[in-house]
Amino acid sequence: MDLALTQGQEMLRRSAREFLEAECPTTLVRELEVSDIGYSSELWGRMAGLGWLGLALPVEHGGEGGNLIDQLVLAEEVGRALLPSPLLTSSILCGQLILKAGNSSQLSGFLPNLAQGKTIMSLALSEASGDFNPGQVSAVASPRDDGYAVSGAKTFVPYAVSADFFICVARNGDSQGLTLAIIEANSPRVTVTPLKSIANFSQAQVEFRDATVPRENILGVAGSGGKSLLQALEWATLVQCGEMVGRAQKILEMVVDYSKSRIQFGRPIGTFQAIQHQCADLRVAVDVAQTLTYRAACSLIEGLPCSEEIAIAKAAADEVSRLSTVTGHGIYAGISYTVEHDMQLYSARNKLAEANLGNTVYHIDRIARLMGL
Amino acid sequence: MRFQFTQEQQRFREEVSAFLRQEMSPEYETVYGTFSEEKYWFGRALARKLADRGWLTIGWPREYGGGGKTFLEQSILDEQIGYQRVQRVGITGLNFAGPAIIKFGTEEQKKRYLPPIARGDVEYCQGFTEPNAGSDLASLQMRAERDGDDYVLNGSKMFTSYYAHADYIYLLARTDPDAPKHRGISLFIVEMNAPGISTRPLPYINGEVAAQTFFDSVRIPRSSLVGEENQGWYHAMTTLDYERVGLERYARVRRTFDDFVNFCRDAASNGKSLGHSPLVRHKLAELKVGMEGWGLLCWKVAWMQSQGEVPNAEASIAFLYGTQQRLRFAQAAMEILGQRGTLTPESELAPIQGAIEGVSRESLHLHGAGTLEIHRNIIAQRGLGLPR
Ligand SMILES: Cc1cc2nc3c(=O)[nH]c(=O)nc-3n(C[C@H](O)[C@H](O)[C@H](O)COP(=O)(O)OP(=O)(O)OC[C@H]3O[C@@H](n4cnc5c(N)ncnc54)[C@H](O)[C@@H]3O)c2cc1C
Repeated sequence: MDLALTQGQEMLRRSAREFLEAECPTTLVRELEVSDIGYSSELWGRMAGLGWLGLALPVEHGGEGGNLIDQLVLAEEVGRALLPSPLLTSSILCGQLILKAGNSSQLSGFLPNLAQGKTIMSLALSEASGDFNPGQVSAVASPRDDGYAVSGAKTFVPYAVSADFFICVARNGDSQGLTLAIIEANSPRVTVTPLKSIANFSQAQVEFRDATVPRENILGVAGSGGKSLLQALEWATLVQCGEMVGRAQKILEMVVDYSKSRIQFGRPIGTFQAIQHQCADLRVAVDVAQTLTYRAACSLIEGLPCSEEIAIAKAAADEVSRLSTVTGHGIYAGISYTVEHDMQLYSARNKLAEANLGNTVYHIDRIARLMGL
Repeated sequence: MRFQFTQEQQRFREEVSAFLRQEMSPEYETVYGTFSEEKYWFGRALARKLADRGWLTIGWPREYGGGGKTFLEQSILDEQIGYQRVQRVGITGLNFAGPAIIKFGTEEQKKRYLPPIARGDVEYCQGFTEPNAGSDLASLQMRAERDGDDYVLNGSKMFTSYYAHADYIYLLARTDPDAPKHRGISLFIVEMNAPGISTRPLPYINGEVAAQTFFDSVRIPRSSLVGEENQGWYHAMTTLDYERVGLERYARVRRTFDDFVNFCRDAASNGKSLGHSPLVRHKLAELKVGMEGWGLLCWKVAWMQSQGEVPNAEASIAFLYGTQQRLRFAQAAMEILGQRGTLTPESELAPIQGAIEGVSRESLHLHGAGTLEIHRNIIAQRGLGLPR
């Protein structure tokens, strides 16, 4: 047992924090909320330069060769900073999916570009119901002479307006098997319709109408993409947990600082036990979610069975996310109800994250199933 | 980062587990709410066997009869003892008195007190709390007055668990009533059969029996003082390491949780498995999150201690969260069982040996090693630096 981060990971944490504190202040987060693409391409380029976009991709494919713990360390910093970018969907989720399902020419064709931020990809999985379970997919990939034609309407596709490619999850013909089709976004058979969302988060509906997919753009074997998809989703789910833990930790630090300086009844509100105990409860929830997340990540790295551990981590991350929202608004009180106060930036992203990659209901159900219930 | 044990630790865990499974039999399991003299003495005999194998104090330093290993190995043992429902004996000696003597005792005290603890041959009880000193322990009033080469004890102690089998009581008493409250307290080890000690039994709702312990001019030799006079408060507070981890408590609850999940999976209700009810599934899955989190928090404390760190806030976090999870579990399980949950462990019809009814009583113990509020104070003030 060794629960410490390595020196390299500590260094990554420090440098990421310094960089983001300087380059991603909440003023920028606010600016990007009203931009068209929802992120800064300039910052995106610098993130690529820092090696962040390929942090856990293999060196031979242009990545940094890091592991999931490195990825979590960075995710916590990203969550703290509220950094808006397609990092999670493009570099991490699609990157892992290609890594797990792709053949060698797909790996060398896509991964270096993802790692350099030259290509943005997004996963088109959920449909109108918003159900995250791959079992609900009804989009269809039908065989054609030279490949496949994909039809279906996908909803909640992150950063779709900026994507160069979608990885669309579709049924293989009329079978149960899932096909992972890489589809060019820039096609008359693909329509992207942005969805008005919390904090203007960039997500869209994407409709594929007989979108043609050459055989070489099918990831792995058509009709048997389900397993790689699950693996990539689990990996990304943990990264999402890391981001939530980092954000909750930041909110905790903010309210603790505020409690020391805000004076009411002639003393800092942090001397009131009611305030102290809310902070203590948040600290407990942060520790729980963080430990569960890192434990599941270690199991994943070591190749141990960990699907249940991952679902447990997301349920706990959702919990701390909700608690940090309430604690933040409760302790800051009136001022945090104003748009000009930053707390609302945190609570908005908390809500988005709670719904992302399976909400609590999804993961609780999954835990129950894996418990044999 | 690594959560797995080393191979050696893994082997140790398997060995302990196999040994306990071989030694234990169902009639000696202390399922919640079931205590008896037979179980107690069975536990004492088993502790001696653990000591023979060098396991009972595996985390103690070698020169004091320990195994020279870390808190992790000690915690592995504790976890197995809890999970296999072995009657726990000797905790006060192993976790409090022993470590305090190791750190602050004289050579003579070490020779006298430590070997019997390490062999599993003695029982201690703890005399800290008083009728008017609970959370505010440092306000304790029991006097220890110097009289020549002796001290004379007067006062009373509350909630003396394990008193019935105890050879010694490990206690705090006031030696300087004029000093500020933390600075006038001393630490003593007193024989329970000393003249002037009497007890009034105080049965707990979980079936165990503690006592209020009265001291009426109890004369004890100077050699009963552990460490420096008037430094007792600080001595006691700096030797809480073994108490912090809490893996035995966790594992005991975890065993009952695991049994309960299996019960729900198999038990029929309205012709269907109870585990198919959406509400039951939901509750159990939520509880699983809490159980896994609790276990990891305990291991984190053990790991920090194995690294020589003092996990003040972390220990309170684990305790607070654990107490909450035990309560949540007990309440949810009682709710799920409905009328079947009203059967006590003595009833043959009680599901999983009545452990749920038992744990639902046990779960009202919300104040071990500090109340929930006190743990929150510690987390907020020592952990987060909030002002007093
Ligand atoms: C099963 C069991 C075994 C025990 N075993 C032993 C033993 O072997 N030896 C021993 O010495 N003691 C033992 N105790 C005693 C235990 O340590 C005390 O019960 C505990 O310290 C709390 O003290 P109290 O019960 O007097 O509660 P009080 O301190 O009177 O607390 C009452 C309420 O006030 C709250 N409160 C008090 N101070 C504060 C504060 N500063 N801020 C906010 N809220 C506060 C508490 O949280 C609680 O809700 C045992 C208790 C039990 C139940």
